[in-house]
Amino acid sequence: MSLSAINLAYLAASLLFLFGLKGLTHPRTAVRGNLLGALGMLLAIVATLLDRRILSYQMILAGFVAGAAVGTILALRIQMTAMPQMVAVLNGFGGGASVLVAGAALVEAVHLPGSPGLQMRIATAASGLIGGLTFWGSLVAFGKLQGVVSERVLTFPGHRAVNLLLAAVAVALGILVVLDPGQVSSYWLLIAAASVIGVLLVLPVGGADMPVVVALLNSYSGLAAAATGFVLSNNVLIIAGSLVGASGLILTGIMCRAMNRSLSNVLFGGGGGGAGGGPADEVYGGKVRSTSADEVAMLLEGARRVVIVPGYGMAVAQAQHPIQDLASALGARDVEVEFGIHPVAGRMPGHMNVLLAEANVPYEQLRDMDEVNPTFQETDVVLVIGANDVVNPVARTDPSSPIAGMPILDVDKARSVVVIKRSLSPGFAGIPNPLFADERTLMLFGDGKKAVLDLVEALKES
Amino acid sequence: MESFVVSLTIFVLAVVVGFEIITKVPPLLHTPLMSGSNAISGITLIGAVLSAGTQHTTLTTILGLSAVVFATVNVVGGFLVTHRMLRMFRRER
Repeated sequence: MSLSAINLAYLAASLLFLFGLKGLTHPRTAVRGNLLGALGMLLAIVATLLDRRILSYQMILAGFVAGAAVGTILALRIQMTAMPQMVAVLNGFGGGASVLVAGAALVEAVHLPGSPGLQMRIATAASGLIGGLTFWGSLVAFGKLQGVVSERVLTFPGHRAVNLLLAAVAVALGILVVLDPGQVSSYWLLIAAASVIGVLLVLPVGGADMPVVVALLNSYSGLAAAATGFVLSNNVLIIAGSLVGASGLILTGIMCRAMNRSLSNVLFGGGGGGAGGGPADEVYGGKVRSTSADEVAMLLEGARRVVIVPGYGMAVAQAQHPIQDLASALGARDVEVEFGIHPVAGRMPGHMNVLLAEANVPYEQLRDMDEVNPTFQETDVVLVIGANDVVNPVARTDPSSPIAGMPILDVDKARSVVVIKRSLSPGFAGIPNPLFADERTLMLFGDGKKAVLDLVEALKES
Repeated sequence: MESFVVSLTIFVLAVVVGFEIITKVPPLLHTPLMSGSNAISGITLIGAVLSAGTQHTTLTTILGLSAVVFATVNVVGGFLVTHRMLRMFRRER
């Protein structure tokens, strides 16, 4: 196959990627969009296999079989609650692949007569730096999400100074790669430095800030692919990589805005364990009203409109299926039920939506923050399950609070609020939540799943 | 230099088009967007295929083979898990 024909195939693949992503703008077209993307990938691979420079297919085939086996098993067996881990691993593998391809290209260029061009040398350094950082950063993110590495903020004295020093070392090694590409060891040292940076960058990020990190690493995996495109002067790599880079950056921005924090504050600010909002005793003292499943069932039955607000706690308790049972039981009694979903609920962007979709909640009922907030005033009952900081009114009222200015779900505007929670323990921000002591709030203490099952039972009996 | 400018043009245009399209993806689908776009970033696979297949040196072949494995996990796992997720989003009966 001639080079022009291959490049035309790459053009077609790039268009399929674009239309594939466009399909993801609506749930009706999303399945087809994803298939278009996969078709584009298949086309690009087949065209590449017809490249005359390929002398042997043994290694390629072996790699395909091994990779496809692992990928298929991962994709089919992963639990929806573990999707953030899955995406973290995939990000990491993408970054790792970029490092290896750029490395192979460098080794090959050094063996050929003549010096590699400037574009290739700079791009190789960039690909190594971003790819190495993405690989190790993603592995740490995976470890944190999986609970292998502590979800707490892990840091040490001089952390920031070490980061800066490592960044300087990495840049210096990058310059060495550009100036003297014949010395391939500089490239591998650069990867080592980038790897340590990746680890140190993600270690201090706490559990609730994971959505930002996963989105950022998603972006980096795309940028690493784009950089590799510059290494190989390959347009489809550049196009696909930059699309993904843009996508990850957009999501990172959305996540940061949803927490009213800057990216550097998320990465370097530590976060969590803050003061503000007053001591817990003062906020809760004698004002918290505990309730029972029967009482809540009565309240729900008399309601015309109910909004359910899920948080990460719902995923931990695996309560999504009973919640769908509850929602459809209420729907059968002509109660209007919707779900209000905060952008950073869960451990990655859109996490709650996937869990609820898996539990058969129709997507028309899943409302994002901007859609649902104006409706709380006309809502009879809000059922909060496993969410805390994202419904804390302190974000609106106390400028000294660590979550000050964070957009929240205004559940306190509803006629009544029921919070399902094990105890009054604080959320990730480490502050008490005056919502729990509000006169319109009832606390249903207990395990999320069991509490919802009790509610469904109580509804049936009444 | 000329080829660099061409590549840069393509890069910048792709970023802009990407921003335009992806800002229209609703929060509802942000998780599948991440896994699906991630699968697309597995496009590095074609670079890996060339490294593994040209048999330039033993080192490049090994690097290429490892890259093929990584990128194939990325591509196959990414598209498949996205498909699994997207099929769960259904309308009201």
